[in-house]
Amino acid sequence: MAQLSYREAVSRGIAQEMARDGRVMLIGEDIGGAGGVFKTTGGLSEQFGRTRVVDTPISEQAILGAAMGAAMTGLRPIAEIMFADFFAVCWDIVVNEIAKMRYMTNGQVTMPLVIKSGNGGSLRMGAQHSQSVENWAMAVPGLKVVTPSTPLDVVGLMAAAVRCDDPVLFFEHKGLYASKGEVPDGEIVDELGKAAIRRPGKDATVLALGLMVGRALDAAEELAREGIDVEVIDVRSLVPLDTQTLLTSISRTGRLFTVEENPRLLGWGAEIASIAADECFWDLDMPIRRITTPHIPLPSADSLEDAVLPSVDRIVQDVRKGVYL
Amino acid sequence: MSAPPTDRAAAELRSGPPGVDPALLYRPPGTVDRPTALALYRQLTRMRQFEKRAYDLFLQNLVKGTSHLSLGMEAVAAGFGEAMHPEDYTFATYRGHAHTLARGTSMTGVMGELLGRDNGLLHGKGGSMHLTDVGNGVMGSYAIVGAHLAIALGAGWSAQYRGEPRVAVAFFGDGTTNIGAFHEALNLAAVWKLPVVFVCENNLYMEYTPIGDVTAVDRPAADRAASYGLEHILIDGNDADAVYLTAMQFLDRARTGGGPALIEAQTYRSGGHSRADPGKYKGVEEAAAWAQYDPTDVYRARLRQAGVADEEIVAIDAEAAHEVDVATEAAKAAPPPGPDRLMTNVWADGGAAWRN
Repeated sequence: MAQLSYREAVSRGIAQEMARDGRVMLIGEDIGGAGGVFKTTGGLSEQFGRTRVVDTPISEQAILGAAMGAAMTGLRPIAEIMFADFFAVCWDIVVNEIAKMRYMTNGQVTMPLVIKSGNGGSLRMGAQHSQSVENWAMAVPGLKVVTPSTPLDVVGLMAAAVRCDDPVLFFEHKGLYASKGEVPDGEIVDELGKAAIRRPGKDATVLALGLMVGRALDAAEELAREGIDVEVIDVRSLVPLDTQTLLTSISRTGRLFTVEENPRLLGWGAEIASIAADECFWDLDMPIRRITTPHIPLPSADSLEDAVLPSVDRIVQDVRKGVYL
Repeated sequence: MSAPPTDRAAAELRSGPPGVDPALLYRPPGTVDRPTALALYRQLTRMRQFEKRAYDLFLQNLVKGTSHLSLGMEAVAAGFGEAMHPEDYTFATYRGHAHTLARGTSMTGVMGELLGRDNGLLHGKGGSMHLTDVGNGVMGSYAIVGAHLAIALGAGWSAQYRGEPRVAVAFFGDGTTNIGAFHEALNLAAVWKLPVVFVCENNLYMEYTPIGDVTAVDRPAADRAASYGLEHILIDGNDADAVYLTAMQFLDRARTGGGPALIEAQTYRSGGHSRADPGKYKGVEEAAAWAQYDPTDVYRARLRQAGVADEEIVAIDAEAAHEVDVATEAAKAAPPPGPDRLMTNVWADGGAAWRN
């Protein structure tokens, strides 16, 4: 058992898989010699060599094209898109090519690849380096989408993503890189498509992802002091979506809150709210509430960014208001 | 029966591509032996007759959606198809019927896909623009300009890493040379010395616009090669022998660790961009000049000159016509794909589930 940071967990997970399977490659900007701009790939080029840990130019289309072509022909690459915002310059390869190839060819092509990326805000990096874009990916048939919130989940979900024969977008939260957690020794393999109940409770279900999980848990502690017993679920995997775990909890508590870092419109919580409204409407005791960033580009200054990302205070207030409705 | 191919007498033909200074053309080493010459002609006439039939079937509203024909451009597909090894990878564009046929893919499967039938290569899930036949090395036909150059790069990277003697060949139009993915792929393929051959089919038009009107250099691909440390290679893309010999040379070089090549093949699209385009923006004189340099006519005249009997040529044409007829009838007779195809093969488990 070791205390690992979230960023160390990324390289631990990748190293576990690269050591196990010689077809696993790592490709991206500054990932080799520099160990990644977020230091999530430190030591990997020393351990596995420059032919398997490959530095590229600033060419996101070539990076993902290379990963796709390699995946189609027998390798299992992990590609890094440094900031998730940069998906916008290579989204064609993700959406039109990687996601659709198996379906269009009726299964002739298999696409075992992982695209890891630094996602999310709270680091004062402004509108082009802070976005939470899981919902972009979730909207595209053919992509699997995960966001770990703990070092242990980083290792296990990375292993599951690498072993998956479908393309997986692996969103690391930049605001969590320095966070720490216990990670047992030995091989760790998790499962895609499973949510995790982080705190059981009976009065309300709060769904969160990435950086928002910790804030939801802090809010739950505060609410517990007022006698409100909140269940916090880390959704972890948006595609596949663990609706069983989510709907069971929602039906039991009768109250659903989502805590989403993405801007308001069509965030990941909107789909879950729609499913809950369809499938457990009669179990609900109050309207579904989505707690999100407002529908604006993210500002840079501390005071401004803090004012728009869902905060512990906002979660506490919104849940309290809902429960006492 | 398919319409017989045009058959211009040798005297009516030009000796080279119109508007191209012969001094600029790369002359590959070697010669083409007779079996190869006959094989090249067989491919040319198969592709020509297939594309003509595809056009007829559009007019009968049996081919839906859009479709892009290689009429007039068959020598590039034929030359490379004959030169490639079975283990090599083809990455084609939405104008990919000929490139798919060139690798040995069943014509019936291609025709069925164009007609949206269940006997199609992709069971109707891809259509004309996405022909793929992995078993024969056709790693896909890609309909977003430029993307597949980067994907071919990946297949080359994979072959290099595994130490396999395979080459990835990406075919693309002149219009592709102005999109970012072209430059990203060329640069990285050159930096990594990958076994990838990039083949620009310069047919003078990016969709509806003359390529020269929108490109900073005269030769959209060859003139960019120097930017990536590659040679300037402009070939006569309507001469199947020149294409074949150039392909042999640079495929071999790539296969043996010599790195990528960028080849610009000057050719001409005798039709419009797609089904919806009659191509009226093209000059009458230009089209007439290129009609005198049609790749199948040129090759047939060359075979005759080399002493191949007319009967042998006619027999090859008839065999291709029969293949096209058989493919057409099989496609027409095949049922459309049923709804049971719909929710399959989104994922590797064969299904489409996104939730439990």
